[in-house]
Amino acid sequence: MSIWEYANPRKFMSWTGPFVVLFSVLAALFVGVGLIWGFFFTPDAEGFGSTVKIIYIHVPAATVAINAWAMMLVASLIWIVRRHHVSALAARAAAPVGMTMTAIALITGAIWGQPMWGTWWAWDPRLTSFLILFLFYLGYIALWQAIDNPDTAADLTSVLCLVGSVFALLSRYAVLFWNQGLHQGASLSLDKQEHVADVFWQPLVISLAGFSFLFVALLLVRTRTEIRARRLHALEARERMVNA
Amino acid sequence: MIGLLARDLKLAIRAGGGFGLGLAFFLVVTVLVPFGVGPRPELLARIAPGILWLGALLACLLSLDRIFQLDFEDGSLDLLATAPIPLEGVVATKALAHWLTSGLPLTLAAPVLGVMLNLPSAGFGWLVISLLIGTPALSMIGAFGAALTVGLKRGGLLLSLLVLPLYVPTLIFGAEVARRGAEALAPGTPLLMSAGITAGAIAVLPFAAAAAIRVNLR
Repeated sequence: MSIWEYANPRKFMSWTGPFVVLFSVLAALFVGVGLIWGFFFTPDAEGFGSTVKIIYIHVPAATVAINAWAMMLVASLIWIVRRHHVSALAARAAAPVGMTMTAIALITGAIWGQPMWGTWWAWDPRLTSFLILFLFYLGYIALWQAIDNPDTAADLTSVLCLVGSVFALLSRYAVLFWNQGLHQGASLSLDKQEHVADVFWQPLVISLAGFSFLFVALLLVRTRTEIRARRLHALEARERMVNA
Repeated sequence: MIGLLARDLKLAIRAGGGFGLGLAFFLVVTVLVPFGVGPRPELLARIAPGILWLGALLACLLSLDRIFQLDFEDGSLDLLATAPIPLEGVVATKALAHWLTSGLPLTLAAPVLGVMLNLPSAGFGWLVISLLIGTPALSMIGAFGAALTVGLKRGGLLLSLLVLPLYVPTLIFGAEVARRGAEALAPGTPLLMSAGITAGAIAVLPFAAAAAIRVNLR
């Protein structure tokens, strides 16, 4: 029994069916609890007022946006090395979700930045790197849509994802070099004491878990849709063969 | 590989288009900038390095789809792929040919346009050096983008969308060298970073581009 057995589309479909329900429920539960707790049952932070509460959407969306790209990178590698179709389809399915999360992070950041920094947008390293990440998502999705043959599209987008990851990282550090930032440092990190007081931290972690579950649920739904679309395509092709 | 380089150079020069067009585009873009931002000399002096870098980058972009497209259409790319020299070498050679016909002339033309944009005299040397070191990366990254989109009917627009985000680090460090040079600051660090990106792109991207071409020729 190896993990690769789940790369079989039929096995993947039967296995993920119940998990879609499970993750959707978990996502609804955690996002609901995290946001309601964050919005209504935390005090206003000193110096920030109520605007600080946007953190419960902003930080999880940003985290998911970056990790979605990392997941696409892993899926692309698996596709290149082992050529499992589910892997390529999962990478394709993750891209729009990741792009939406990037957009959410940028928009909530702008809404927060307006009262706090007095500007909707600043060419701050973090903001700029996120904008560049958004452009990378855009190019990746555009390449998927431009190519008709699904295997060719999977190959080319995988190569683009690998090269893009290197350049996205490079851009991240180039942008740091280019301009000093307004954005505060990381709110959460594993190796340091957290920079956020416990009252804010607990609902944030719950919301973070909720957004992660949401990503997994959306990813599974979208991957299943892609598999079904592929099957439909094959059926139609067979139909045409029979009729011809 | 030398034969291929000579062939590509001949085609670029004799068939017209790529060679002069990029330079003319560079000229037009730089001429248009003062119309857009106003003719104040001190403002132009401040933005000149960035404008020249951006103009060179866009002029480079213009001729990217010619790297593989024509060879793909008339079938010579299939022959090159089955030729004894590795496809990675073909990609690197074609990127070099593209640089010789676009990056190098742009680099040499940049100081002339710098005069028009009132670039401070300290900046000319560093502008040329930064373009000389940075533009090979533009050609190499562009060759990768062209390899990705070579099989597409209308790949030009998509090519720009794919390649422009990849140009971000090169542009940042290159323009920073030129800016620091113009303001008489030490340009050492961005220059090294820029050279590192170029060297890394030349080392890695031929393999990625060759993989993409193999997929497209399949």
